Amino acid sequence: MIKMESAFHHTLVVRTELCQGCTHCMKRCPTEAIRIEGGKAHVNGERCIDCGQCMAVCPHNAIELEQSDLQHIFRYQRRVAIIPAMLFGQFEDKVGCDAIMNAIYAIGFTDVHIAEFGVDILKTLGGKISVYSDNNPVISSYCPAVVRLIQISFPALLGNVNLMRTPAQLAALFCRLELEESKIPSEEIGIFYITPCAAKYAQIKSPLSADEGIIQGGINLDSLYNLINAELTKSKRDQRSKEDYSSLPPITSHSMLWGLAKGESADMPGRTLAIDEIHNVIEFLEMLEEETTGNLDFLELRACDTGCTGGILATRNRFLATERLLHIAESLPKEIDVEIAKRILYQKDAMIRKLKGERIFAKHSMRLDNDVENAIRKMERVQSIVKSLPGIDCGLCGSPTCRALAEDIVKLQASIRQCVVLKLKRPDTPNSLGRIWGEKPPSQR
Amino acid sequence: MRLTYVVTPGDFANAGKISSSVKSLLKQLNIPPGDIKRIIVALYEAEVNMVAHSYGGEITCDIEAEQALVEALDVGPGIPDVGLAMTEGWSTATSEIRELGFGAGMGLPNIKKHTDELEIVSGKDSPTKISMKFYYRGGPS
Repeated sequence: MIKMESAFHHTLVVRTELCQGCTHCMKRCPTEAIRIEGGKAHVNGERCIDCGQCMAVCPHNAIELEQSDLQHIFRYQRRVAIIPAMLFGQFEDKVGCDAIMNAIYAIGFTDVHIAEFGVDILKTLGGKISVYSDNNPVISSYCPAVVRLIQISFPALLGNVNLMRTPAQLAALFCRLELEESKIPSEEIGIFYITPCAAKYAQIKSPLSADEGIIQGGINLDSLYNLINAELTKSKRDQRSKEDYSSLPPITSHSMLWGLAKGESADMPGRTLAIDEIHNVIEFLEMLEEETTGNLDFLELRACDTGCTGGILATRNRFLATERLLHIAESLPKEIDVEIAKRILYQKDAMIRKLKGERIFAKHSMRLDNDVENAIRKMERVQSIVKSLPGIDCGLCGSPTCRALAEDIVKLQASIRQCVVLKLKRPDTPNSLGRIWGEKPPSQR
Repeated sequence: MRLTYVVTPGDFANAGKISSSVKSLLKQLNIPPGDIKRIIVALYEAEVNMVAHSYGGEITCDIEAEQALVEALDVGPGIPDVGLAMTEGWSTATSEIRELGFGAGMGLPNIKKHTDELEIVSGKDSPTKISMKFYYRGGPS
């Protein structure tokens, strides 16, 4: 197994015994973080944003998430699960919400909150969603893969990112405050976030993460899904035919949908735009950086297609999961329960001090060199090397594109001899590729 | 380093492609984000101006360690009164161009706002040459 080392904590692991070096992941990676070396995929931790695209596209199941913290929950007297609303979408209608909740308690959790309850907390505290950003349009910080993407590829837009803590962090904070209030010692409270994706797990695990001290660990959604199913089989609860929403932890219908595409933007004032799927997000951020997007107030950007139901650890078809969430939300209350609102307001002072997360900084992993003069010289070399490469981006050299190979060569991380097409076109050898690619590389035509 | 791009007159569909590709390149050079923004906003305006008003031309960028020089040189028809063209809201754009969302008369004033040195050489029935110089100031914006 190959693990990444870098300033970000990463959770994606390449299982070398399964990896065929097939280039699928390398070509899909939105930040060109993957190279093939020695027949295996290697992920550059300085560039990886934990979006999970590599894991989704791998035909050999050779990319997985690091093991989660399930075994650690019994260290604590109170074991809190913060579950994303999309968890309920992972089951068919015949598995009622009450059956899912019972199973989570049976697994060993003593308290359960829905992560998106954090939205209700915010609305109750301030009457609206807090915004901590310097520039307009405000970019949501809900999706950690998008935040990392901006840090790496769009540092000019860091001032647009809302530094507000995520709903999951706020739900966890509220839960901790309440438990401490009821005289449970702080060290006896273990709060675990059930993560639908690699990015949120990585966010919890980062040393500088805003979650430090608030959330004790992460549990992969698919692991919990398996345990819930085991419990359901044991208790035969899945025979139930009626949905019972009263067993759900407190949540309003609007907040229940925040993780879905257009869920958060629907709650924000002004002109809003929701964009899902990482390549769509990149295309849009390029335009935003060039100020060609018009008068927008708020941007909801999600790395996954359909939002969190498209999370890499989701077990059910994302469209079906989305439909069930929408169905459940129809029966949920529009306003937060009066008693719950009182409990939230009771914690107001302690909560309000912690609404804002810490500032985020640029990561300069896409630069050719830290010195501008050297970088310019290297860029000139890149451009001249690109001209001699075939320009077909086949990936056989181990870099995702011809241009990426040129950059790797200039950074002394690769050699032009790695280009298989150039090798086959040597004048002293018969041109076996001529029939396919023509006699000249595209750039010389 | 020098980058050269050809601008096709009337090709509004592709206006902005040059500034996009210059931007991607500048980002890899460790030039401060705020300066990149100034350069590409001015470059975009120059590019759109050339698409909208000229018979075509070329844009060259000379990127150096302390500064960048962007020159937009077209083959005419020229600006009869440069002073007037610098006025906010003044435009010769046809209604057809305005319908496309261009021609608000902010092109040259916007360029001036974002450049450190600006020189415009033109005249009736002459080529127009716009030279824009940017000294990197650093800082995020």
